[in-house]
Amino acid sequence: MSEIASRVKVIIADKLNVDENEVTENAEFTKDLGADSLDTVELIMEFEKEFGINIPDDKAEGITTVKDAIEYIEAAKA
Amino acid sequence: MELKRVVVTGLGAITPLGNDVETTWNAAVEGVSGAGPITHFDASKFKTQFACEVKGFNVADHIDRKKARQLDLYAQYALVAARQAVADANLESEGINKNRVGVIIAAGIGGLHTFEEEAGYYAMHEDMGPKYNPFFIPKMIADIASGHVSMEYGYHGPNYGVVSACASSTNALIDAFNLIRLGKADAIVTGGAEAAIYPAGVGGFNSMHALSTRNDSPQTASRPFSKSRDGFVMGEGSAVLVLEELEHAKARGAKIYAEVVGGGLSADAYHLTATHPDGLGAKLVMQNALEDAGMKPEEIDYINVHGTSTPVGDISEVKAIKDVFGEHAYNLNISSTKSMTGHLLGATGALEALFCVKAVQNDVVPPTINHDPEDADEEIDYNLNFTFDKAQKRTVNTALSNTFGFGGHNASIIVKKFAE
Repeated sequence: MSEIASRVKVIIADKLNVDENEVTENAEFTKDLGADSLDTVELIMEFEKEFGINIPDDKAEGITTVKDAIEYIEAAKA
Repeated sequence: MELKRVVVTGLGAITPLGNDVETTWNAAVEGVSGAGPITHFDASKFKTQFACEVKGFNVADHIDRKKARQLDLYAQYALVAARQAVADANLESEGINKNRVGVIIAAGIGGLHTFEEEAGYYAMHEDMGPKYNPFFIPKMIADIASGHVSMEYGYHGPNYGVVSACASSTNALIDAFNLIRLGKADAIVTGGAEAAIYPAGVGGFNSMHALSTRNDSPQTASRPFSKSRDGFVMGEGSAVLVLEELEHAKARGAKIYAEVVGGGLSADAYHLTATHPDGLGAKLVMQNALEDAGMKPEEIDYINVHGTSTPVGDISEVKAIKDVFGEHAYNLNISSTKSMTGHLLGATGALEALFCVKAVQNDVVPPTINHDPEDADEEIDYNLNFTFDKAQKRTVNTALSNTFGFGGHNASIIVKKFAE
């Protein structure tokens, strides 16, 4: 697992108050990890802060799984 | 339509004197001050560097981490105090029609610290564009504590917040009282909460010269009715009461602390922040409460005054009491529990109503501490019994609590020993 991936998972586990083991790559924020629409917005903001990137709203809408987040951030940081 | 009777069946409190009702009440009777240096933030640049903070409140002991982050401290206090009150009243038990249980928990300000953090973050990071947390608004708004409590228990009855500055939670109690009297709910979880001991709160009230600046002696700074009083001491926390329709309470065998018999409302219509010098609004609100209760002034035994320890307010309230109660004013016990708790702003009315309930229950009047007889104000009549220094035992059949808020809002509530 990349360094970005492990940081992403830590953030998700912390913000959604779930066990890190539950934060699998294919897990969906809302369906699998108990997030509501506000939680999802907060997650995106945490990624922005943590990685010093800007995630526009139209891109944020496409980030619904752990994997989506990791891939987006890895591309943005590349 | 015949109005229904309303009784108090549950109590909860998170206060500068303790994190439950019994600890809070016992400390008040003992005359303990809840004041100390401010720990919520570095106050070293502020004119006032002390307050009556809640102590030892570890939110993780009460609320799961994810949810706790979505609640401003004021709403955390409210939720925990409400849980105490609901458990005390056994209002979760089988057979409660949750469609007829309401929640009206007031805040005078609401999520001030949340506002400060979010607005401050934007100010510091304007170049990044607006990055407001999605929980910013629902954390900050002053009605949200009622929403959280309803979600916790599934109470679908009347639900909202009330705002009238430092009268807010008395207004909440009176609204709850009226809704139950009118048959609109079987029970209402009601009270107030506040957590404004943060830079914007202390700095804002400091700019108005409203706070005591006696930094060298926090515990004696709140000294209502003493000549050297120099402003109020900010408090925080929450007090919550369960008000319930009498027959509903009896049918389920609920314990009854006291009966709520009247509420009064008025406005000073005079000044943004100063009380009317002759206490016109204060006089009117006590008269209105007595009329609502169908009582004569002589029937009141104890007045828990607003008595914030500000130069003007204390004098006008005493004038109003003498006007309303005449000779009987000298038979009353009067006390300002703010001398111990500080001023809990939007939560103060509920806490002081709770003290009135406990006074009626125990026949004890909590004291006004920090008065030195040599520190006498020539404008205050010390033949009145201010219950200085020590609690006094007396029969308390009926107690009245006054609250006055910035904007000139006045609210008073009367509680009485319950008898069939």
